[in-house]
Amino acid sequence: MKERLVSLQNAALAELEDVANPQELNEVRVQYLGKKGALTEILRGMGQLSAEERPVIGQLANDVRAAIEGALAELQTKFDAEETNRRLAQEKIDVTLAGRAPETGTLHPLNWVIQQVEDIFVGMGYIVAEGPEVERDYYNFEALNLPKNHPARDMQDSFYITDEILLRTHTSPVQVRTMEKMHGEVPVKIICPGKVYRRDNDDATHSHMFTQIEGLVIDKNVRMSDLKGTLLQFVQEMFGPETQIRLRPSFFPFTEPSAEVDVTCCMCKGNGCRVCKQSGWLEILGSGMVHPRVLEMAGYDPNEYTGFAFGMGVERIAMLKYGVDDIRHFYTNDLRFLRQFAHD
Amino acid sequence: MNVSFQWLQDYVDLNGVDPKELAEKITRSGIEVDSVKARSEGISGVVIGHVVEREKHPDADKLSVTKVDVGGPELLQIVCGASNVAAGQNVPIAMIGAVLPGDFKIKKSKLRGVESQGMICSANELGIPEKFLSKTQKEGILVLPADAPIGSDALEYLGLNDQVLEFDLTPNRSDCLSMWGCAFEVAALLEKPVKLPHVVIHEDTTERASDLIQVSIEDAAPCLHYSARIIRDVVVKPSPQWMQNRLVAAGIRPISNVVDITNYVLLEYGQPLHAFDLSKLKHGEINVRYARSGEAFVTLDGVTRELDESMMVISDGFDAVALGGVMGGQDTEVNESTNQILLESARFDGGTVRLTSKKLGLRSESSVRFEKEVDPARVRLALDRAAALLAQYAGGRVISGVVETFKDENDRVLADVDSARRIHISNEKINLTLGTNLSSDEIAVIWSRLQFKAELHGEHWEVCVPSRRNDIRLAIDLIEEVARLYGYDRIPTSFIVGKTTTGALTNEQIIRRRLRGQLAAQGWHEVLTYSLTEPKTMQAFPVAGKHGVVTLAMPMSEERSVLRHSIIPALIEAAQYNRNRQLDDVRIFEVGHVFLGTENANNALPNEQLMLGLLWTGSKSPRHWSGKPQAIDFFDFKGQLETLFEKLGLTGLIWESSVREGFHPGRTAQVSVKIGEGVDVLGTIGQLHPDQQRAMDLSDTYVAELSVSVVVEAARRGVQFQALPKYPAISRDMALVLDRSVSVDTVIRETKALVGDLVESIRVFDVYEDEKLGRDKRSVAFSLLYRVPERTLTDEEVSQRHFGMVEKLNERFGAVLRA
Ligand SMILES: [Zn+2]
Repeated sequence: MKERLVSLQNAALAELEDVANPQELNEVRVQYLGKKGALTEILRGMGQLSAEERPVIGQLANDVRAAIEGALAELQTKFDAEETNRRLAQEKIDVTLAGRAPETGTLHPLNWVIQQVEDIFVGMGYIVAEGPEVERDYYNFEALNLPKNHPARDMQDSFYITDEILLRTHTSPVQVRTMEKMHGEVPVKIICPGKVYRRDNDDATHSHMFTQIEGLVIDKNVRMSDLKGTLLQFVQEMFGPETQIRLRPSFFPFTEPSAEVDVTCCMCKGNGCRVCKQSGWLEILGSGMVHPRVLEMAGYDPNEYTGFAFGMGVERIAMLKYGVDDIRHFYTNDLRFLRQFAHD
Repeated sequence: MNVSFQWLQDYVDLNGVDPKELAEKITRSGIEVDSVKARSEGISGVVIGHVVEREKHPDADKLSVTKVDVGGPELLQIVCGASNVAAGQNVPIAMIGAVLPGDFKIKKSKLRGVESQGMICSANELGIPEKFLSKTQKEGILVLPADAPIGSDALEYLGLNDQVLEFDLTPNRSDCLSMWGCAFEVAALLEKPVKLPHVVIHEDTTERASDLIQVSIEDAAPCLHYSARIIRDVVVKPSPQWMQNRLVAAGIRPISNVVDITNYVLLEYGQPLHAFDLSKLKHGEINVRYARSGEAFVTLDGVTRELDESMMVISDGFDAVALGGVMGGQDTEVNESTNQILLESARFDGGTVRLTSKKLGLRSESSVRFEKEVDPARVRLALDRAAALLAQYAGGRVISGVVETFKDENDRVLADVDSARRIHISNEKINLTLGTNLSSDEIAVIWSRLQFKAELHGEHWEVCVPSRRNDIRLAIDLIEEVARLYGYDRIPTSFIVGKTTTGALTNEQIIRRRLRGQLAAQGWHEVLTYSLTEPKTMQAFPVAGKHGVVTLAMPMSEERSVLRHSIIPALIEAAQYNRNRQLDDVRIFEVGHVFLGTENANNALPNEQLMLGLLWTGSKSPRHWSGKPQAIDFFDFKGQLETLFEKLGLTGLIWESSVREGFHPGRTAQVSVKIGEGVDVLGTIGQLHPDQQRAMDLSDTYVAELSVSVVVEAARRGVQFQALPKYPAISRDMALVLDRSVSVDTVIRETKALVGDLVESIRVFDVYEDEKLGRDKRSVAFSLLYRVPERTLTDEEVSQRHFGMVEKLNERFGAVLRA
């Protein structure tokens, strides 16, 4: 019996060497180890063995089975690996083909600029105030030291709806409304973004509707030097820490002293280029100390309180920041334009 | 205001001052100098010559051969094509080697065989713009006066070696509408004195002006001061060349000595003057009054104007002879035959002049100055200055006395040269406002630069502001003067010292940002469109309810004449724009105001509502190699909104089929949201009406317009944790055959009501339509998840509840359980 087992093992191992595929492997498995296989056949004769022989032969039979099974498993692993490799080769794709990317949306560049400006000033303790786009003459002009028939009204030709109601020409009426609501309380620290309207023919640099952001601070002892400090901090956060400002006297009916504010040209870092007409400076802000009459009309005693105000055109800032050459792009809504702002 | 550098030099010593540097200095101190232009335009080598001889060219009819004396040892032979050239004339000669505008170099040449040693120039060839030329000057060579110095530089003689600074004046600086005003400004910047001309008049005392003319102001007429002089024996001829040069530099065309002198003094003093032909004032009277309604008047420019009662006229006692402060009349105009004039110098109310000028669309050098109020102290000074010039350059005899009248006594006081405003200001106020630390001495220097007399009492200044600075009326105006002359650059930089404040966005602002940011994250592009639009596009989406359309009183064009009451038309326009450029997939949104008229539109502001508009057309996702693009449908669009709403924390949404003009009647929903006990309408979403789509050449297009304020009200921020379920759920599916008219939402709501708190969720997982189901029927498959938080449900209780519910649905909707 011993011999039969040994020769069975040798025969099985020899046969396995010729096995070429999993089917043949399985046939060998059934032939030797199956329920009706050769090994079972041999072991059927175990009953005739003596008590001494039985454990010895049993042990041998187990060893034979283990040897055959081991060899079977090894081959099985080999066949499995081959199968896997074959499948992987089939599954190979061209990774250079485009992915299935959903459309990337964008915020409008003007709103994006507004958001950045808002965030800078919110960080400096301001709140964002808003008001109607259709305004009363009183809030848009009169309360801002621009009485009816004032020559300075010509600076802002406006769209009237009735004699007393018009499309606001600046966001300053929001300042007036805020001051009124504060009933003389201080400090007032607001910025007011919004759409404004003027009678301009639309061209590369003019738009009958455009966007402004204005700021207002009222408190005791607010000085013009504070205005300079505030604007400097703002432009450095907005345009980079090297940015400087330069104030130039100007005139606005609602501020005095008034100043135009130039900043270091962001294109050439102040060295002079086409955009800044070689001056190294770009005019981006109007500002000044709140006119005492404006304070008075809004319920603040100008002997006790002072304030400053400033305003900027969002389009101008966006045009400079992104190098946009025509203001109409902002309102044409060409997707090829809008998509460019996906990663700002 | 165009400021001649040479003219300015009459008043301020500008030796060694570069015009460009001066311009920069002026700009940095408050008056923007837009340009500095050299009048020469690059010309050189032009001298004054005398035409000694003129003969016809032997071989050309239209050419002349001249011999010209240019002060050299020999006469030059010059061929000239102008028809007006003649012997005895003084003319500008471009010598060989001369350069004319446009880098045109003069060389020795032969014209039809005759040698020409230079060129006789026309005014135009010397770069003098046509608008400053008379008819003869335009047509031929420029003939200079007989006293022009032969051989000298023509540029200098014509003032073309001058530079002109263009001041862009802000409305407050009307004082610089005069050379004097500019002189004071420049002197203050350069810290130099101002020299003003000394005026001497020799009056003819044999007559008195007051005997010849009466001047009156009708009670209410807005003329504050009217003064006049009479000048006899004037000879009307061209004004001296230097005066013409200065007028041209300032942008005014020379006409005749009388007119030029009035314009010259207007530029010099900023005081408009007018000369009437005295012999044409028939009644020996000047009366300032309001015009009569419908009164017709022919102005100097030959245009008949219809006047109204708001306008002021100067009359001869009967008829209007001038439109006060705006323009004189044709009937009393000075011309070559004039030999006696009435010279007017007056102060008219600025507002009246402004209104008249605006109504008639007629602006003049006079009206521009009156509008901004002239200096009361210069009315008489200017009158005298002009009278003296008329005596000097028009041979006039100034009749003794000024005839004048005032509106009231105060105006008489203001006309007094010495009247000045007194303003009080302290050093402390100046320094507190500016953040500076200026001493009394430093401030005193600034007053003196401005030529303001000032006295210091302790720390307080009393400053006398001369009447020429009409803009300085309050202490703050003086502070501004200190700031700009001290230099804005020298003001320090500091930080606000008051109470610190916490900046923050409001809840609404945060939600608006989230909304926009979320849509961008979902692949939407934010757009901005105009609020002003045309009525036609708005009609397709009419205003809901009784609201009116808000219309501009005076639109610039029909296209921009009304305020939008819906964002959708502008979004459609943007979609069309993009599709016309082969950008077929358009997914855009805008958050903006719409404007609804109110019943009381005259006094009340329109109702402004912040809306979210969305438009989606084209395919679901960008074109990809792996498959065909799939067109979007209603549920793609709705899904986008559902995602948005979920992100914003909106719950309790109610979708109802809806019909709205402009929308597809079968594919439009009104969406509402529960807020507290109530339900608020968010807005409409749906497909554009196919007729609209066809008219706009759009494929299937979905649009929505939602109220942002309702979104904000319904939105929730912050999260309250809900315990996770502890017990398993039991799932039951049911497929019901329903009438198509029964909305799924109704069935779900009814189901929820029937199974009550046992059901956790109900989801539709299949909708199927087939003829076999019956006419107008469909099968809807629901998946119900049963669970309660506190225990495990048994199969029996779920089944009991489930089948009981199905029976009820059958009764209620005729819903049949599909096998
Ligand atoms: Zn630059």
